Amino acid sequence: MIILTLFLEFLKIGTFAFGGAYGAIPLIREAVLSRGWMDEAQLMNLLGISESTPGPIMVNAATMTGFGQAGIIGAIVATLGVILPSFLIMLVVPRLQKKWSGHKVIRLAMRGIKPCLAGVICATGIHLAVELFQPQDADTHSDMIILAVFVVLCLFSFGWKAFKKKPVPPIALIVASAVLGIVAF
Amino acid sequence: MSVLTELFFSFARIGAFTFGGGYAMLSLLEHECVEKKQWLTADEMAEVTVIAESTPGPIAINCATYTGLKQAGMKGALIATLGMVLPSFLMLLLISAFLQNVMTVPVVAKALKGIRVAVVLLILRAGINMLRNILKKTPDKKTALIFFGVFLAITLCSLLLAWRIPTILMILISGVMGYTLFSRKGAAR
Repeated sequence: MIILTLFLEFLKIGTFAFGGAYGAIPLIREAVLSRGWMDEAQLMNLLGISESTPGPIMVNAATMTGFGQAGIIGAIVATLGVILPSFLIMLVVPRLQKKWSGHKVIRLAMRGIKPCLAGVICATGIHLAVELFQPQDADTHSDMIILAVFVVLCLFSFGWKAFKKKPVPPIALIVASAVLGIVAF
Repeated sequence: MSVLTELFFSFARIGAFTFGGGYAMLSLLEHECVEKKQWLTADEMAEVTVIAESTPGPIAINCATYTGLKQAGMKGALIATLGMVLPSFLMLLLISAFLQNVMTVPVVAKALKGIRVAVVLLILRAGINMLRNILKKTPDKKTALIFFGVFLAITLCSLLLAWRIPTILMILISGVMGYTLFSRKGAAR
């Protein structure tokens, strides 16, 4: 029942992805790896493509994963799963807000959830950085190249911030990294 | 144009042309819904943002659903949400359909190798920015930092040593801890 599994996995992601798409990344990672839908390299492709295409990142990731597992039907159910919680919440919460004190409970809980998520996201980033340096092929030079690309991209984003006075948009960083990848590897 | 078609195309346009996910869309959504179409008041937009940030799921969906619901009821909510989702959905279908073939082209494979590095950088940046924003807003920096450190350490161990602690469990625990801790502090004050 791959269709049902896709729907439920992405429903779970949509229900627990606080703090936007980056909060969803650890959840997406767990889902696709534990179900055997992707390996680490495919996951990174998924994240790269989801972030460099327009639209909500979670929707992009859901569509792509769903399609990979079960074609168009898979894409539809995964996307439905990931957006359903938000959709239902917005049907109910704004009407409740005035007379319902539940949002106070949520606000207090969020004070625990937000720093926890920041920690989880940082740890996921560190882990993925470590994974970068475990080459899939026997090419021993690739470590140094990856490190070089990493350093150049850091310089690029610091430079962007220094000159343009705002953080580099993800799409610019991704385009730069693609060019670097073509040149360096 | 009827309200429904207007809702559909407004959100479809934003969904089709905004890079960087929901957060990047917020200013565009505000421009479209508050200033241009006057579907929402500035206060309502602020409320949507707060709800979106403290509830799970894609932020863009929260905004589309709410605006659609207010303008044209349940039908409006469905149409606006569909408008937001459809462009991404179709584009990713197309990409997914051709990805396997395109991946074998050496240039694409190399570009994707480079993109992996950028993705890691973006995730690290998102985590650090999130912490920074929390520290800017919270009255209790120390507790926030402890939460951050503890869950960072747990997640790192879980990932590197393959403990496989589900993220959902950590979210639930931190939520319960946050609630009990801060509601008690509030009562003591």
